[in-house]
Amino acid sequence: MNKYTKSNKEMLDGNGAAAQAMKLARVSVIAAYPITPQSPIVEKLSTMVDKKEISCKYTCVESEHSALSYIIGAQLAGVRTGTATSSVGLALMHEVLGVASGCRLPIVMPVVNRALVSPWSLWCDHQDTMAERDSGWMQFYAENTQEVLDLMLMGYKIAEHCKVMLPLMVCMDGFFVSHSLQQVWLPSQESVDAFLPPYTPKNLFLDMNNPMLINNLIPPEEFTEMRYQQEIAFNNAIDIISSVQNEFNDIFHRDYDMVSTYRCDGAQAVIVSMGSSCGTVKHVVNKLRNNGIRVGAIKVTCFRPFPYKKLKAILKEIKCIGVLDRSAGLGAEFGPLCMEIKNLIGDDKCKVKNFITGLGGRDITEKIIEHIFYGLLDDQFSDKNWIDVQQDAMKIRKLNKKGGSV
Amino acid sequence: MSNNLVANGVSTCAGCGLEIAIRCVLGVLGEKTIIVIPPGCAALFSGYGNSTALKIPGFQGNLENTAAYAAGIRAGLDIRGKEDITVLGFAGDGATVDIGLQSLSGMLERRERVLYICYDNEAYMNTGMQGSGSSPYSAWTTTTPGGKLTPKKDMLKIVEAHNIPYVASASIGYLNDLKKKVKTAKDVNGPAYIHIHTPCPTGWGFDASMTVEVARKAVETGLWTLYEIIEGQKKINIQISENINTLKYLKLQKRFKKVIKEDSTP
Ligand SMILES: Cc1ncc(C[n+]2csc(CCOP(=O)(O)OP(=O)(O)O)c2C)c(N)n1
Ligand code: SF4
Repeated sequence: MNKYTKSNKEMLDGNGAAAQAMKLARVSVIAAYPITPQSPIVEKLSTMVDKKEISCKYTCVESEHSALSYIIGAQLAGVRTGTATSSVGLALMHEVLGVASGCRLPIVMPVVNRALVSPWSLWCDHQDTMAERDSGWMQFYAENTQEVLDLMLMGYKIAEHCKVMLPLMVCMDGFFVSHSLQQVWLPSQESVDAFLPPYTPKNLFLDMNNPMLINNLIPPEEFTEMRYQQEIAFNNAIDIISSVQNEFNDIFHRDYDMVSTYRCDGAQAVIVSMGSSCGTVKHVVNKLRNNGIRVGAIKVTCFRPFPYKKLKAILKEIKCIGVLDRSAGLGAEFGPLCMEIKNLIGDDKCKVKNFITGLGGRDITEKIIEHIFYGLLDDQFSDKNWIDVQQDAMKIRKLNKKGGSV
Repeated sequence: MSNNLVANGVSTCAGCGLEIAIRCVLGVLGEKTIIVIPPGCAALFSGYGNSTALKIPGFQGNLENTAAYAAGIRAGLDIRGKEDITVLGFAGDGATVDIGLQSLSGMLERRERVLYICYDNEAYMNTGMQGSGSSPYSAWTTTTPGGKLTPKKDMLKIVEAHNIPYVASASIGYLNDLKKKVKTAKDVNGPAYIHIHTPCPTGWGFDASMTVEVARKAVETGLWTLYEIIEGQKKINIQISENINTLKYLKLQKRFKKVIKEDSTP
């Protein structure tokens, strides 16, 4: 036990960290459905409940749609809840994600990022959560196992703040984070209890003393206003996230921000990314800086609400910006992260180059990052670039004229 | 029995069978009840905007997950020690036998203490009388314009196969029987399921004054049987005479017009 941080060192993978966070947050109703690579979360929570390490009702439901519905029901009855999912499971939840956010239920859900069909892939990309970026959920992206744990703990406090009351996804890269064992500082239950008070419902709630019918039909005269309330909550969240992160940083000696910079001082080119690739980018930055090449890394931890102001202030100074998108942004000029960044850069859009990479579990290697940095510095790239695509891309599984595949 | 939990002047059609059902059910359950209502005609009782039509807390869910929401509410209440509150799922036949079957089956299999009531008006009435799995053979609906080609799905048998403590069929033509069943179901330790036959003058094509008559005829002609299954023991509640003439029921409604024309019997 480290007296200073009130934490114990443990080896955990991202899934283990998510399960530990739910335990430390004292969720009291869990409903979940397994899906690779999220299944270990479900299994770990079941084991904790079975061993009575956690006092909680755990229900194995028959689908993700029911899992989220179930915990929405429980949360409406006034308790803190837990579930987790990934990929097609998240897609199956789509309808009810909107119910959670529209009812302003502060559910915190780890999502293990995995590519969406078709074709089937078990591995990481961000298309599953990007498809839900307008669902009214906040979205954090964790770089590593420690961040999964910490972002979830902060997440409850942020989501449950009376000026926020929005659900939150803590996204982690499938396998790269969910299955990689890392050393984690695990805070003690007392220190988490001191940081995160017990759950009390602050808004819509099935209360016998104050009966109301939640989520009924409403006229057009009110719908826009209620969406607007959600928009204001997202705006409020920007400040609340910062203050909760500062508080967390103080107590647990960490260094969280909605967006953070790494060796950006005097940088001629930077790469902006989210999730596990941020680690690789930082590693390459160190390597290139050692050779006197002035590059830097920017990590976006918070994608919804998007930290426009902070990022704008940071990017203003930088000549050359590469943005990694781990989802294809099909039919759009840019991937989803780059779209946000182009938007805030304004007239100077040409200095931003987009890179579509790491799809369906493909590794974003050091080599790729180096290639991007050198190309950025030499102004080699077009606006949207598919990186690491094989030469025979157009031949793979392509139909020939007779209808068979070549 | 408290009659004041449901507002007057709710915008169901005149003679609506579902309205009779919800008033009767909530009358028996009383105010310590939380209701989950999916989209469908029953959502008229969720109210509109600021005006709520019920005096109990409730939640309007989605079409396919009434059972999952209800089970979650039950779990939350149990954690908070509020075991004396009844959690009621109140859903139409479409929301039960078709799109909601999966979550209902899961909830029943897990033996969660929820009272699930299906009001059966034998079609998707709220979206314009489209056919459901519960529409009877040969019935006209907007999606079975030539008459439905397959028989009514036997939802009660499906529920029975889950071996839950209490399953019952009921009818708004037999309110005392219905009340008794709701009372029994309320105190069951586990899931309870009641399937209520609720004729719909608008969708079936009969005069608004005939709702109870139509409901009774369905039972008298043997097309709807009233029974309950308590811990696996089946009991028929209303015995009908041997002399069954189903035409007496079909003829009351426009939706069977086609089959009746083709049929030569009086
Ligand atoms: C996922 C989904 N698909 C379709 C609908 C549209 N919809 C609303 S109510 C309804 C039919 C409901 O039928 P039933 O449950 O039988 O109730 P009734 O209207 O007859 O009372 C449908 C199809 C919906 N709300 N959700
Ligand atoms: S359509 Fe039928 S079930 Fe719906 S409100 Fe009218 S009468 Fe009742």
